[in-house]
Amino acid sequence: MSNKPPKGGRRLYLDGVSVVFDGFRALNNLSLIVEPGELRSVIGPNGAGKTTMMDVITGKTRPTAGTINFGEVDLTRLDEAAIANLGIGRKFQKPTVFDALTVFENMELALKAPRGPLACLRWALTGEAKTRIDSTLEETGLLDRAQDLAGILSHGQRQWLEIGMLLMQDPELLLVDEPVAGMTDAETEQTASLLVRIAGKRSVVVVEHDLEFVRALGRRVTVLHEGSVLSEGSIDHVQNDQRVIEVYLGR
Amino acid sequence: MSATATPLPASRARLGLRAGLLVALLLLAAMPVLNQLPVTHPLHVSDFLVSITGKWICYAILALSLDLAWGYAGILSLGHGAFFALGGYAMGMHLMRLIGPRGVYGHPVLPDFMVFLGYRELPWYWLGFDNFAFAMLMVVLVPGVLALVLGWLAFRSRITGVYLSIITQAMTYALMLAFFRNDMGFGGNNGFTDFKELLGQPLNTDTARAGLFYASLIALAASFLLCSRITRSKYGRVLTAIRDGENRVRFLGYNTTHHKLFAFVLSAMLAGVAGALYVPQVGIINPGEFSPANSIEAVIWVAVGGRGTLVGAILGAFSVNGLKTWLTSAAPDLWLFVLGGLFVLVTLFLPKGLIGLLKGRGA
Ligand SMILES: Nc1ncnc2c1ncn2[C@@H]1O[C@H](COP(=O)(O)OP(=O)(O)O)[C@@H](O)[C@H]1O
Ligand SMILES: [Mg+2]
Repeated sequence: MSNKPPKGGRRLYLDGVSVVFDGFRALNNLSLIVEPGELRSVIGPNGAGKTTMMDVITGKTRPTAGTINFGEVDLTRLDEAAIANLGIGRKFQKPTVFDALTVFENMELALKAPRGPLACLRWALTGEAKTRIDSTLEETGLLDRAQDLAGILSHGQRQWLEIGMLLMQDPELLLVDEPVAGMTDAETEQTASLLVRIAGKRSVVVVEHDLEFVRALGRRVTVLHEGSVLSEGSIDHVQNDQRVIEVYLGR
Repeated sequence: MSATATPLPASRARLGLRAGLLVALLLLAAMPVLNQLPVTHPLHVSDFLVSITGKWICYAILALSLDLAWGYAGILSLGHGAFFALGGYAMGMHLMRLIGPRGVYGHPVLPDFMVFLGYRELPWYWLGFDNFAFAMLMVVLVPGVLALVLGWLAFRSRITGVYLSIITQAMTYALMLAFFRNDMGFGGNNGFTDFKELLGQPLNTDTARAGLFYASLIALAASFLLCSRITRSKYGRVLTAIRDGENRVRFLGYNTTHHKLFAFVLSAMLAGVAGALYVPQVGIINPGEFSPANSIEAVIWVAVGGRGTLVGAILGAFSVNGLKTWLTSAAPDLWLFVLGGLFVLVTLFLPKGLIGLLKGRGA
């Protein structure tokens, strides 16, 4: 695949990050680098700290110790909205689209545009914005559902809508938490190819349980265990790593 | 409504709704005119009905304002009565200043209660209230600033749900206690009454009553148009998104504090306008208007009518108050129980309120 990293893209850099909840170390001296345009899979058993890692990157949780930089910017100093506007989009484990709005309106809400109350009051949908939304709906296979309420979408479609909403923000880095949980095999396959298409123009970090899915993504894999990196490399490399086999794959 | 039922085509439903609203508006507008017919005329509308409808129109504006905050932005304010009362007090201060030397004590400037309490001069915060424009500015500014401060403190600290409701309730309660005090300079227990005139018109005439009635009706129509413009914009959709998942909206890059604050302040200002129109019609304002029960009643209007729909809020204000008027004369002791029961019933069986019932009828 000839996806080239974008010029001037920023790298995500975590160094020595720890998160302590009441004495429990959810993240323990975690270090990780994601290069611009990279598609990275993060795997690990339940409770390994995968979601917490996304929480500290996106400002939901403050790290107890460590550095988190996106390019030159220190993310630990910013709140969720500021981090989102910096170009870091996040898809949550549990799909959270707005059920009371149509698929199109969900996308419109996510579309990169001035975010203040007055700007939103004055907002009028331009042809250009509509084209962008439609083409992203096309890419995520939701174009024919555009006018349906998001509340009636299937589970898989909700996940795609979320990914579509992420794309509307035109992020430089996408964090995607367990996108294929509960999906059918066909949906899983489509999601893998969607994420591969997305990466390259932007960096993507995918957290997943499903090893087949990670294999389908076919890129660099990081294995988390008890809040730190246990192993890193190609899927074949980590699958043959003795420590990984012991704590994760062997079970 | 079940998801499989085919809803009315949106355009037809909307057309029906608009026609209904227009008819209701015309019927209301006809009331003061029909009031002028001889009492024996079959179409005569009684003074009582006109004056109580005028009050309900003000309540409907309050319900709209609460619906904007609660039904759309998810801010369940249990203190909206305070914004209503503050608007009412601002109007009351203007009306008191207009009494001039016609008070019982005949003091050229000081209202009666100040003379009675031994005030030598007007407190500084009463200055300017003799001017209509200034007073009207205060009608929206005072509730607006209070909502801004309270909202900013609460939303910034991410206080939501029950905690926010409790804070708003505490606010109106605290204000009630404060306004009860004589040394606050707002007439204490008795508040303001014995108003004489407004905009050069004596208040005890049919013309003045009709004028206030129409002013309220126009304010209601304008509030409705404003709210409907807001809720149908992208901003309105941001509000509902905040209501259904504030965190998610933050991760989309919206500063939800600003959005909620904007809605809350606007809502408080509308409530202030409602209170200001209410006071000259009922002829009195006292600290009882801050009573927490008033705010809770307003929440029930909106819940009964159907929160998250503007027509529902208006419908709720009229229907619950209609029921209240009828019941408080038929069986006064029952009202609070009925009100409580109504709330439970609607919450359990009619989550979309009366408007949901009307809309679901075709399905
Ligand atoms: N807010 C929190 N308070 C206390 N413990 C938490 C909190 N969030 C996560 N944890 C704990 O941190 C650990 C890592 O959780 P998480 O990051 O969700 O794991 P994963 O996503 O890899 O399954 C778990 O043991 C979890 O119980
Ligand atoms: Mg997780």
